Amino acid sequence: MSEQELAHKSVDYRKKILKYIFQANAGHTGGSLSCIDILNVLYNHVLNVDAADFASPDRDRYIQSKGHTVEALYVVLASKGFFPESDLETLCRYKSHYIGHPTRKVHGVEQNTGALGHGLSLSVGTAIAGKLDKKDYRVFTLLGDGELPEGSNWEAALSASHYKLDNLCAILDKNNLQITGATADVCNTDPVDKKFEAFGWEVRHVDGHDLKQLKETFDAIPFVKGKPSLVIAHTVKGKGVSYMENQLKWHHGVPTQQQYADALEELDLLDGNI
Amino acid sequence: MDATIENIVVSNRANLEVFSGTLQTLAQNDRDIIVVTSDSRGSGKLVPFGQKFPDQIVEVGIAEQNLVGVAAGLASAGKKVFAVSPACFLTARALEQIKNDVAYSNNAVKLIGISAGVSYGALGSTHHSLHDFAVLRTINNLMIIAPADNFETEQAIRLAAETDLPVYLRFGKKTMPLLSTEETTFEFGKGRTIKEGKDLVLIATGETVWPTLQAAEKLERESGIEATVISMHTIKPLDYDLIGRVAASGKPIITVEEHSIYGGLGEACASFLLENNYRNKFKIIGVPDEYTVTGSQQEIFDHYGISVEGITAAALKMGKG
Repeated sequence: MSEQELAHKSVDYRKKILKYIFQANAGHTGGSLSCIDILNVLYNHVLNVDAADFASPDRDRYIQSKGHTVEALYVVLASKGFFPESDLETLCRYKSHYIGHPTRKVHGVEQNTGALGHGLSLSVGTAIAGKLDKKDYRVFTLLGDGELPEGSNWEAALSASHYKLDNLCAILDKNNLQITGATADVCNTDPVDKKFEAFGWEVRHVDGHDLKQLKETFDAIPFVKGKPSLVIAHTVKGKGVSYMENQLKWHHGVPTQQQYADALEELDLLDGNI
Repeated sequence: MDATIENIVVSNRANLEVFSGTLQTLAQNDRDIIVVTSDSRGSGKLVPFGQKFPDQIVEVGIAEQNLVGVAAGLASAGKKVFAVSPACFLTARALEQIKNDVAYSNNAVKLIGISAGVSYGALGSTHHSLHDFAVLRTINNLMIIAPADNFETEQAIRLAAETDLPVYLRFGKKTMPLLSTEETTFEFGKGRTIKEGKDLVLIATGETVWPTLQAAEKLERESGIEATVISMHTIKPLDYDLIGRVAASGKPIITVEEHSIYGGLGEACASFLLENNYRNKFKIIGVPDEYTVTGSQQEIFDHYGISVEGITAAALKMGKG
């Protein structure tokens, strides 16, 4: 997919994230907007996954550790044909399968996540299985910067390098905000690149909203043979909607009717300028 | 045929050893059997397994949360995974991983809690697991198994390897007699009646089945009280049919477990009995709500009456119903 097509997709995904969060009156708005370009490039350029053959043992795996930004995942899965987009009308409704965190009840979701600090261990286990079975599949996991203080991440980071998992790629959605405030103020994890390097990972920095950079970076994994890869994606929480960008209240803020209309107008303008 | 004291074969093997031996047998013909350890291959008697099948053992170091998460990832890729760690750490430290990564996500990991209950004796309460039945019973989609003897352990491991559901299996490291005969059958969710008696029902689980059976023999010999003895190896799903059947006669019921008296086998039986209008005399034998007295497993058992003497005394106090 060309970068122009990807760029249109990103706008479309953003509009849909807002639509379903607005309709459900619930969701993790800011984080979904910060990670959506990453998911766009993963699902439309990188991952070998097919809705018609999702059970394939050879498929690439995507495990979303920061499960709360599930709206980003759901709109991308819908666009890839895993389920009709109209299903998202039921998001967070009574008896819906489309709950507020990833669940295997939804076609295309690899693991039930939502509690933080789980995705990396699950990914390490899946990557070890791939090595044992001599399969070519790769395992991708999306981490939030707010979840890094969970100790289980660092247990898993050790295992990933111990087992030389170059079939594993973690992406850090580094938007620098979490529910209480700036990540640097809540529990500073910087310099996060040095920490992962010390744990035996090969690290690259990327603008998490630059589709070209994201494509080129993912095309280059594994960065080093025999080492797990970490892509630190520098992102903006609320990206694409000016009044949401870098604003803490949009962590799980839901737009009003007027705010929703303003956001769509802004995104349509953006789409026209691609 | 009842496995009476006279015909019991003393195997001189701990359930732990049977577990590791059975896994080796299974791994021989099944490359998908994977053991995950957290520096626990020594305490899990898995050193020979690691030597024989170096590609089928994954070591994560002392990191129980990662142990369970990695095991779940392996299971999701089709492996038959046994995650092995002392029961105390496995079921407390990694509880969220057990709940989310194994049970909720339905990754069919076999969680193996070794040196369960008070097996670690005088090492103290940090190393005891007297909470595991209670906390795990509240987690949906997780079988809980506590085999009594070598036979039940081997059967449980074989069944666990084949089931596509998550299982928690816990056992100790004490040498156990064989409380079974050639005709014995084993099935998850079906309690095993080892001995039939008309006066009293003793329902025990795990390593407490052996002293319970000895207490039944003693009661019969010395007081003429005949007790039914059940090995309730499956704590969840609990065999309500069997409990209902034995309760229907109105006989007193005593439960015995190497666990807190809160939330384990005893309370599971009690809630079933009350909800179904059984009003049998009822007693739970287990560890009271305290950090245990210092001692070996046997000394702790004796101290709290999880013993031949303690069970006998409790039975005599209750009478014939």
